[in-house]
Amino acid sequence: MTIADGATRPETPQGPILTVRNLRVLFPTREGKDTVKAVDGVDFDVRAGETFGIIGESGSGKTTLARALVSLIAPTEGQILHDGLDPATLRGAAFRAHRRDYQIVFQDPNAALNPRMTILDSVIEPAEIMRDGSDESRRKAGFAVLARVGLPRELASRYPHQLSGGQKQRVNIARVLMLRPKVIVCDEVVAALDVSIRGDILNLFADLQREFNLTYVFITHDIAVVSHISDRIAVTYLGRLMEVGAAAGVIERPLHPYTEALLSAEPVPLPSTLRTNRRIMLEGEIPSPVAPPSGCRFRTRCPAAQARCAEEVPAWRQLKPGHWVACHFSTTDGPPSRDTNTLETNAFGRTK
Amino acid sequence: MAGLADISGSIAAHPPDARVSAAGAPAPALLDVRGLSLAFKTANGELPVIRDISFSVISGERVGIVGESGCGKTVTGLSLLRLLPARSVRLTGQILFEGRDLAVLSAREMRAVRGREIAMIFQEPMSALDPVFTVGDQISEAYRAHFPVDRKEGRERAIAALAGVGIPAPERRCDDYPHQLSGGMRQRVMIAMALICKPKLLIADEPTTALDVTVQSQITDLLQRLSERTGTALLFISHDLGVVAETCTRMITMYAGEVVEDAPVDDVLIKPRHPYTSGLLRSLPRLSARRSVLPSIPGRVPSLQAMPPGCRFQPRCTHAADRCAAPQALAELSRLHRVRCCRASEIALPGTVNP
Repeated sequence: MTIADGATRPETPQGPILTVRNLRVLFPTREGKDTVKAVDGVDFDVRAGETFGIIGESGSGKTTLARALVSLIAPTEGQILHDGLDPATLRGAAFRAHRRDYQIVFQDPNAALNPRMTILDSVIEPAEIMRDGSDESRRKAGFAVLARVGLPRELASRYPHQLSGGQKQRVNIARVLMLRPKVIVCDEVVAALDVSIRGDILNLFADLQREFNLTYVFITHDIAVVSHISDRIAVTYLGRLMEVGAAAGVIERPLHPYTEALLSAEPVPLPSTLRTNRRIMLEGEIPSPVAPPSGCRFRTRCPAAQARCAEEVPAWRQLKPGHWVACHFSTTDGPPSRDTNTLETNAFGRTK
Repeated sequence: MAGLADISGSIAAHPPDARVSAAGAPAPALLDVRGLSLAFKTANGELPVIRDISFSVISGERVGIVGESGCGKTVTGLSLLRLLPARSVRLTGQILFEGRDLAVLSAREMRAVRGREIAMIFQEPMSALDPVFTVGDQISEAYRAHFPVDRKEGRERAIAALAGVGIPAPERRCDDYPHQLSGGMRQRVMIAMALICKPKLLIADEPTTALDVTVQSQITDLLQRLSERTGTALLFISHDLGVVAETCTRMITMYAGEVVEDAPVDDVLIKPRHPYTSGLLRSLPRLSARRSVLPSIPGRVPSLQAMPPGCRFQPRCTHAADRCAAPQALAELSRLHRVRCCRASEIALPGTVNP
């Protein structure tokens, strides 16, 4: 099996390759009295070939969601369908054969590599587990993927500690490419990298997506990254989705007050004269997922909260085609209490 | 520093440059670092980490230090307060603070400066706080180390300091242990502790890197307001150019242990003069059209053992010429703008405006 095979794989029809229905993932606390509601009722689809960005603060359940998507954590309730198939119904060899198509790259490139294995051994290990080809063909394929992710051949015999953070993250990408997956879940894959090499890694992800027809679920807390690479964006808060829509729509005309605040909090590297200075300062921090607020989860920090928000969980409404929001008071013009005169100016609202 | 009235308003634009008074005379420096170099002593000889660092900070100024990891930002911050163990490092050069050279003070004299004249806050507030003492005890200790007051007054001052950094119910929070506080609260506690003696300079080393963006904006806003109100100068070390652009009035770029550019924030964002600063600014995803190819800086920071002999950025620089093989001096382009690049005046580099 060589990497070049990937280019000839037939185009997948444009249906959801991942379907998430009423997903809940709950963990017992150490005392066993309470439950941490890490993911608490989430629905979305990911279309084949797209980059689906998921953004949220720490504690919003992003990483739990990422792990559940690739069957590393079993849903407590609800379903995750891979191309229409529920992997929870598969057992043994059938499950192992299935999950090779759904891979994950983790945040910390150091922790993801075995320090006692050479780079090449780490890269071909997934293929060994899958019993793909012979020793010889696996080595060949290993060198090919290393070259494809832009690593020189001489790095193959080195150990992880001899590589930089960016190189290690390339190795982790090469590892999942060995299995030629359909979907790669990327959990904060550039968070540990310097800004100067972040661009390189993001460019590599984009090239690989074109070449191998990959679908990405790109999980990050970095708004600039998610808005750059995503086709569609989901905004999470405390285990639930606040907003889902096309990237341009969510970033330039958000519908949820949380999205709006999150965008305004992003620091902008512009001179003071060009800055819009309309920061919406959220008070406090994300509440505990053990006892989330009643009604709307965001209400305790929401500048536009009203009595109704404490009583009633907001419905998941489609306000514009493909643009969904969970807020009682959002309209097609945007979030509640928003000054419609300044609609065009947020931190990312550059004219195009 | 009682009662932080309002932290929710909009952030004011940068004040007019404080470095030049109306008469045009340069203001006296609060901190004047001259030719500061630091080397780690290792079994294989000395390993130079930072070289010939020179910059100054005037009273009330907010100066950002930016650069990739491994550029010497943190070591610079630590060496200003001489927080690296004297037996394993060699420090040369001058650290003039109000005219007094901190580099030659005795350990005892240095202790009187730390926390009182210059305070510091760190990236990870949890590891900077002692888990077995209440936050009130720790803040009060910082005050009582420098002023002869009793426990009762120390506690009152700690409560006032917590109120000053916007912690609700400070009388109660004062008796909390660090693990009972959220990340943002812990960083507020660190700031309260750092500012309780009203230092003239606060060194903040990546104070918001461990925090979420909504909390980050609260903390940078707080630092900016406190600095404006109390006149405390701020030396803000960060890898995040956006945070520095919003918080600071001046930006110092470090590369491979050297200062390569030093200029007012607005000037450097519009017109960076060092190719490295320009490269850092251009690689921010925000400035590129969605889904386009992102610019990046090829290569990586050279290792300490293998520094290029001439310009340290030359191997990664797209503007490198023959002259760059020679060591570069930090030269003044104007009174407010210094750059370590012999080609600075002949090349035009993009900033964050007009991509």
